[in-house]
Amino acid sequence: MSTDSPPATGARLFHPHFAGHDQISARTLGFWLYLLSDALVFTAVFAAYAVLNNSMGASGGPIASQVVDPVEGLWQTYAVLGSVATYSLGTVALKSGNKAGVMLGIILSIALALIFLGFEAHDLLGLLAKGDGPSRSGFLSAFFILIATHGLHMIFGIIWMLVMLVQIPTMGFTTNVVARLINLRMFWQFQATIWVLVYIYVYMIGAF
Amino acid sequence: MQVAIQGPWSPLFGRLTLDAIPYTNPILIATFAVAAVIGLVVVGAVLYYKKLGYLWREWLTSVDHKKIGVMYIILGLVMLFRGFADGLMIRTQQAIAIGPNSPGVMGAQHGFIPPFHFDQVYSAHGTIMILFAATPILTGLTNVVVPLQIGARDMAFPYMNALSLWLTTAGAILVMLSLFVGDFSAAGWVGLIPLTELPYSPGVGVDYWMWAIQISSIGTTLNAINMIVTIIKMRAPGMSWFRMPVFTWTTLSTNIIGLTAFPVLGAALALLTADRYFGAHFYTAGNGGNLMLYTNLFWIWGHPEVYFLVLPAFGIFSEIIPTFAEKPLFGYTTMVAATFAIAGISWAVWLHHFFTMAAGPDVNGFFSVATMLVGIPTGVKVFNWMFTLYRGRLTFTTPMLWALAGLFLLLLGGLTGMMLAIPAVNYTVHDSVFVIAHFHCMVLLIGAAMFAAVSYWWPKVFGFQLDEKNGLMFFWTFIAATIIVFIAMFALGFEGETRRLDYIYDPAWRPMLWTEEAGMLLYCVSIGYFIRMLYVSLRDRVPVPSDPWGTSRTLEFLTHSPVPFYNFAVTPQVNTRDELAWRRENGLNNVQPEAFEPIHMPSNSGIPFIIGMLSLGFGFGLIWRIWWLAGFALLGIIIAVIIRSFDKNLGYELSAEDVAAMERNLSSAGIAAEQPARTPLTEAEAH
Repeated sequence: MSTDSPPATGARLFHPHFAGHDQISARTLGFWLYLLSDALVFTAVFAAYAVLNNSMGASGGPIASQVVDPVEGLWQTYAVLGSVATYSLGTVALKSGNKAGVMLGIILSIALALIFLGFEAHDLLGLLAKGDGPSRSGFLSAFFILIATHGLHMIFGIIWMLVMLVQIPTMGFTTNVVARLINLRMFWQFQATIWVLVYIYVYMIGAF
Repeated sequence: MQVAIQGPWSPLFGRLTLDAIPYTNPILIATFAVAAVIGLVVVGAVLYYKKLGYLWREWLTSVDHKKIGVMYIILGLVMLFRGFADGLMIRTQQAIAIGPNSPGVMGAQHGFIPPFHFDQVYSAHGTIMILFAATPILTGLTNVVVPLQIGARDMAFPYMNALSLWLTTAGAILVMLSLFVGDFSAAGWVGLIPLTELPYSPGVGVDYWMWAIQISSIGTTLNAINMIVTIIKMRAPGMSWFRMPVFTWTTLSTNIIGLTAFPVLGAALALLTADRYFGAHFYTAGNGGNLMLYTNLFWIWGHPEVYFLVLPAFGIFSEIIPTFAEKPLFGYTTMVAATFAIAGISWAVWLHHFFTMAAGPDVNGFFSVATMLVGIPTGVKVFNWMFTLYRGRLTFTTPMLWALAGLFLLLLGGLTGMMLAIPAVNYTVHDSVFVIAHFHCMVLLIGAAMFAAVSYWWPKVFGFQLDEKNGLMFFWTFIAATIIVFIAMFALGFEGETRRLDYIYDPAWRPMLWTEEAGMLLYCVSIGYFIRMLYVSLRDRVPVPSDPWGTSRTLEFLTHSPVPFYNFAVTPQVNTRDELAWRRENGLNNVQPEAFEPIHMPSNSGIPFIIGMLSLGFGFGLIWRIWWLAGFALLGIIIAVIIRSFDKNLGYELSAEDVAAMERNLSSAGIAAEQPARTPLTEAEAH
């Protein structure tokens, strides 16, 4: 089989001053790939929830409609989406290099995320107090782990935001800081997307 | 929420007591003595020759893809030896414990290993060979070779590359620790459910298995991200997609599999963790758990993992066969298409690992047909290699012989795999050693590819050849041993021997079992030749030119041997597929760049190593339920990551004069050379 052989005379053999790759774009691609792997973690946990979300999985314990409250979940959804919106406003400020604007956006996102986590903690602790913890049944195990996996992502995101709140004033908008802010935005939108899926699949469908 | 556990527990030491040290077991005492002596000799040698600083500065903190790759391979070879020792114990037990009158020693009624210990041995054998031997060696090879093949300076994320290595190492250390502190899982490498649940496996064995895999699989996932971004973003100018060497293509496809499969394993094990630590009921036999949920999730990772291992092996064959046939690879495009077809189908075949789940004819039919479909692209590959060989100018060097032997093993393993894809056949031979013989042919084909690759790229990385004479002896003894062991095993499978037997109830199998044992002894001989090959090569160190084989075709053989730590003094311009072969045909292969230029390099960092060791502490703490240790280790990891994020080190710049000096004196830039300290760039200089 023939290959595309060019003429050898005058061929360029070396490329001095090759600029190489764009660091931010490589990091962004890497982060997209990380999100893909994280999405597969959630896929597996969702699959486990789907398998265990039935009367056999509930094993005589409560079923979905007895543990979820779609109205309270709606408030949580508002908090998550609000948090994404405030972070996005922060990244609009990033375009004009406005440090205070970015930091304000992040602080508001953290506040809304904490409100969300407050609701969630209230829910889960309430179930635990009633004795309906993850060790009650297969269904409740899946419910707790699915919610907690998402919650852990939010906590991780909050720690990341706190680090950025220190780095923006001390380091300024260096390549590293900007790349982190962009990736954090993707991460935050990713966890919000996961929450919307949880809300639809667990809270809305589960309520009926 | 913490579940009740058997045995004592204290806040300071968790479940760890002196009883956890198996000082009554003579096998483990002997193993410990040997390991301790080797460890002391290594540490003593490092201190005696005052190489501790060198080791830390040039290796443990290195972010150089070649050094990381070499460390991956060393780790893999150590674990390969450990896995082989387990295999030897299994075979020896089965060669002794035949029939009711067989002798028993060292606490065993028959043979020399009591059943519970035997179960640990085969579980460790499988876990180690797949996850801690084959995976690191192949990851190491792709690490070393792919950036060179695409003309890059390093991986896209050199620091994360080091992190992947040390996470994998932490997992491997956990497996090794289980030998001397506590015990290992006795539930098979696949973690047979519900045997891995706390009531049935109350000890720490399953926890060792679970956390070792969990930690190392995070490393593998990160490495997959790194590899994909490297291949997409870091190619030299002119290296378009269809000029990429096939090994780079297979690395890309294999890492897409790794990226998508390993998270599922992580999730499956995390749910098992919830069961064992919080008393959840994902996989329990009662309270609403579902056993087949685990089995499905495990094999949704497990099958793609098989192709994760075999595709780089196919890539290695596709590099070596054209080099030693002195012809371009036949059917390059179909080879790439076949690679991605195999990768794609790998997601739709997992259920063939448990046809006996009785999911019904529709489901079994689907997975049976999907499994048979794998044979089509694999067949395309085999024919492509054959047509590459056809009328080629063949040279039978060691790498070439390994590659050709690999093709025969592929044929044997692949055709028996096609038999197993038929559910009716599968029901008959399910869980028999026929299945074991089948997949050992497949993994030994991967092993053949690994040894082919090591002997093929060794002179490139280290700058001297591996000894051909001992290499050939290693090859012939190893392949002969493989045939002796596994042909006999196929026969025993048809006779009805089931897998994982610590006692052989049918004395009629004795001749075949003893044949297998003879093959194992031949494997021991082959290891001797392997060590001798390394010793002789290191002693003689015959330097080689940039293309040691004289007929190589790809970009990595354009730069010097040993490869300088900056890879290419000036980035090459790629004009065609098989760039080096084209340059050689046109007499351009020795053209050097006219002028050198400054090179920007990343600085070394100790943080990946520290994070790796902290994850070891984290895993150990969770295994023994020493909560403070696990908590502090986790906190330490988070703090280390944050500290790293405040690091303003932007790498350093190698001046054009430095590069010119190193190009004149190549050994000063090679993999073994120690580099002087260089000052990092400041933010102002970087822009």
